[in-house]
Amino acid sequence: MSDRLPGFSTLAVHAGAQPDPTTGARATPIYQTTSFVFNDADHAASLFGLQAFGNIYTRIGNPTNAVLEERVAALEGGTAALAVASGHAAQVVVLQQLLQPGDEFIAARKLYGGSINQFTHAFKSFGWNVVWADPDDISSFERAVTPRTKAIFIESIANPAGSITDIEAISTVARKAGVPLIVDNTLASPYLIRPIDHGADIVVHSLTKFLGGHGNSLGGIIVDAGTFDWSTEGKYPMLSEPRPEYHGIRLQETFGNFAFAIACRVLGLRDLGPALSPFNAFMILTGIETLPLRMQKHCDNAKAVAEFLAGHPAVASVSYAGLPSDKYNQLARKYAPKGAGAVFTFSLKGGYDAGVSLVSKLQLFSHLANVGDTRSLVIHPASTTHSQLDDAAKVKSGAGPDVVRLSVGIEDKEDLIADLEQALGA
Amino acid sequence: MNHDAYPDNYIRGILNSVKSIAMVGASPVNVRPSYFAFKYLAQRGYDMIPVNPGHVGKELLGKPFVASLSDIGRPIDMIDIFRNSSHIMPVVEEALRLDPLPKVIWMQLGARDDAAAAKAESVGIKVVMNRCPKIEYGRLSSEISWMGVNSRTLSSKRAPVPTQGMRLSLNRMSVGGGDTAASDRAAKNKTEQS
Repeated sequence: MSDRLPGFSTLAVHAGAQPDPTTGARATPIYQTTSFVFNDADHAASLFGLQAFGNIYTRIGNPTNAVLEERVAALEGGTAALAVASGHAAQVVVLQQLLQPGDEFIAARKLYGGSINQFTHAFKSFGWNVVWADPDDISSFERAVTPRTKAIFIESIANPAGSITDIEAISTVARKAGVPLIVDNTLASPYLIRPIDHGADIVVHSLTKFLGGHGNSLGGIIVDAGTFDWSTEGKYPMLSEPRPEYHGIRLQETFGNFAFAIACRVLGLRDLGPALSPFNAFMILTGIETLPLRMQKHCDNAKAVAEFLAGHPAVASVSYAGLPSDKYNQLARKYAPKGAGAVFTFSLKGGYDAGVSLVSKLQLFSHLANVGDTRSLVIHPASTTHSQLDDAAKVKSGAGPDVVRLSVGIEDKEDLIADLEQALGA
Repeated sequence: MNHDAYPDNYIRGILNSVKSIAMVGASPVNVRPSYFAFKYLAQRGYDMIPVNPGHVGKELLGKPFVASLSDIGRPIDMIDIFRNSSHIMPVVEEALRLDPLPKVIWMQLGARDDAAAAKAESVGIKVVMNRCPKIEYGRLSSEISWMGVNSRTLSSKRAPVPTQGMRLSLNRMSVGGGDTAASDRAAKNKTEQS
């Protein structure tokens, strides 16, 4: 056997999938079943006790989902992964393993609006206290660290303006604080940025976006980098202490460098329940096979559209890290040399009204609340995804009233530019 | 051997060639990792010998416990040490007095003693540290993929359905050069901090 390094595109097609042992089916079958028979009582006991590899019940694991998990783990360079029902579910499951009531986590202020809401309100009711920091000011993360800090959470390419986060600088803060760095890599996808290479300990995704890519299936995933030492006594009891749910097993000791992914599965997914449908896993897997092709086209189109907008007289400013003049261009060159993603914002000289008018006149761009679809999408964040924030928080997170967000698709760029031109023109 | 990252071919070669494994520190308590690993390796067809002076007179899955390596009384291919790093050296020294010598000394996940490793390697014994043979077998056969673990292998061949007691093929193409660097990054981070 030769030990060689397959490239990213090879992994995108093959990782985790091999012909079905029973039928020889080459595409990954959809194992649309709730449960799996045991060979005998001893086999059942071994599976329930986490002593054997195998399937029990789809809320804990499913063979179709397992292919998706291994594929994303391979693409991100992690040791293991766990697929869940949505990106939001991934965040709940991750933090459940890390925080006890009364603990804190530090989060970058520039995040998807839904995450800001989840952290501010839902998690507060669990006693998980978010402390905000500014990704453009690394020292604000250092200042936010307290003895109760259990994790740091950032987006690699941040919503809504597509700004690039200095992952390495923040990972240094996390390492010094002795807490894991969680990176939401949804807008970059591992094709553009692999946060683990820059010091992330846990990567999460909304699979709904570029990984699935077609806007047809919800999903989320958690990738364990295998880099964090969970053994510090008492700090992360879900991993380091004997678990009464499993007759006293210590997950960190038993599963080594993929213990976090196992904790998410056997303590998080098992007990909270946000399982991914195997059908969705199949749809997302099919999407991932073409991730490198789509992502490059998304980025190339986005750059062309951003350049067009930057030169248009009705446009006040464009925030796209792929433009040489952009504030984040240096970070984009370092972290995302293949392209700065396909989600960005721009503002119109005509303000709020001009934004509303633009959205209503566009013919190809769809007005909806998603990103990372093959189709080009447009939204006015201030009145939708970020509408629940107050005005100051809207501006701070890059979603002021005059801002329009695009998610550029994989159509022909000339058609996208023509659509924007007609909508801006009259 | 660079003990920070093992090529998959090194691990594969060991797991494909050894037949008998003496497990030092094997526990009859069924929630201990040594128990799972013992049971799994026995199910995959290895000739397993439990070594634990505290349990002599009892059996582990039908195999009688022995007190020490020298009590085994027949040649063994591999010694799998389920002890903390601080207890490795005496076990290795005992192993080096065996005749014939074992071919492989394996130290479990979390256990590492570079001086003991150097001693064993100087007489031609292959050494693996801070790894679990159950995890590595599951990974190279991709059986561990059921748990969403990155096996870091690829194959376009149809595998037989795994059944009780069956040896699995470990001969899949490795990904990423086969190095298992990530598991040691945590240890390295720890050293950097101190």
